[in-house]
Amino acid sequence: MAGESGKIDPMHQFQIEPLAQLNIAGYDVSFTNSSLFMILVLGALWLFMWGGMKRDLVPGRWQMAVEGVTGFVNNMLTSSVGPEGKKYVPLVFSLFMFILMANFMGMMPFGIVPGVHPFTVTSHLTVTAVLAVISFGTVLIVGFWKHGLHFFSLFVPHGTPWWLLWLIPLIELFSFLIRPFSLALRLFVAMTAGHVLMKVLAGFVINGLNAEAAWVPLVVSIPSFILMIGITLLELLVCAIQAYVFALLTSLYINDAVNLH
Amino acid sequence: MPQISQILETYASQFFWLLIVFGLIYFTIGHGMLPKIEASMDARDRKIADDLAAAERARAEADNLGDSGAADLTAARTEAQAKSSAAKAKAAKDADARLAKADAEISIKVAASEAELAKATAKALAGIEAVAADAAADIVAKVSGAKVTSAQAATAVKAVMSHG
Repeated sequence: MAGESGKIDPMHQFQIEPLAQLNIAGYDVSFTNSSLFMILVLGALWLFMWGGMKRDLVPGRWQMAVEGVTGFVNNMLTSSVGPEGKKYVPLVFSLFMFILMANFMGMMPFGIVPGVHPFTVTSHLTVTAVLAVISFGTVLIVGFWKHGLHFFSLFVPHGTPWWLLWLIPLIELFSFLIRPFSLALRLFVAMTAGHVLMKVLAGFVINGLNAEAAWVPLVVSIPSFILMIGITLLELLVCAIQAYVFALLTSLYINDAVNLH
Repeated sequence: MPQISQILETYASQFFWLLIVFGLIYFTIGHGMLPKIEASMDARDRKIADDLAAAERARAEADNLGDSGAADLTAARTEAQAKSSAAKAKAAKDADARLAKADAEISIKVAASEAELAKATAKALAGIEAVAADAAADIVAKVSGAKVTSAQAATAVKAVMSHG
């Protein structure tokens, strides 16, 4: 965390470090700390789901939690897409849970073990871009599969006056094409900004304690620490909200593709 | 910002591992575990709905049974009342008939007894006349020494008795 000069670099947490070199077809696909955390997310998610697989008639706490999440995603899709939305539950559920778990995994206090740093997979543009492309690609495939070229009528909303027909489709097309970027950037920026803020505040706490003047810890470290508790709680909320926003927007976009508004 | 400064060195690794991990999540969890969880939720919902429907049916049936039971009870009570009043009427009629028969028998017996009594009275009376005639003849013989035939005595007694 600390640089050579003793400064705390809030960007260091996003550094990708290869753990095992791997090369396939000329591409560097090394197993990195990012890959490690993806695997951890997979493991945590699998464990979570496995605990809910008892399939009791009267669910226990864990099963209740798992059924709560699946019911939540199910409801989101049925309310925004309709009965046809059931087909997309696995996709939206995977997106939602992967983002949620990755966000939370990056908030885990692994840092108390010396030399270990938590890594937030979703704070990387490369990751959020792939997720956004998966979401957007699903919309494109479903749209053209179900409606063929008629899918382009999505860009001409009902009741468009004829004299605006040259402008409205252009705007609609633009807003449609910007969707993957907004999906990817929203998640990436939210996670990055939150983690940078937390690291900066942590830096205040530590540097204040290390300061030579005795008044500095009192004036800087303690207020920063108190603020950091609040920011951490807020960040946990943001973790859940960002996963929810991603899943909700994906289901709304799927609704466009399935029902053409 | 490592996300951008490292992008050229790391994008292949990020894509590669993310696709592997997300593919595993999508296929094993999204398509493997999720449907089972939803199936058990659906099964529970269906079971609850079925049980509620069964309870509702049983309640309706019980209501029905209660209604028909009440009707049965009323019918049975009416029938019993009819039977008991019929029996009462029949018993009264029987009693009347028997009473009438007994009355008739009794009056016949009474009549016969009266007739016998009258005969006995007549006989007794006749006996008394004979005794009186004999006594009268004896008395006459003792008092006057005159001999009176029994026929004369009987005539005289008869005359006295019928006068007196």
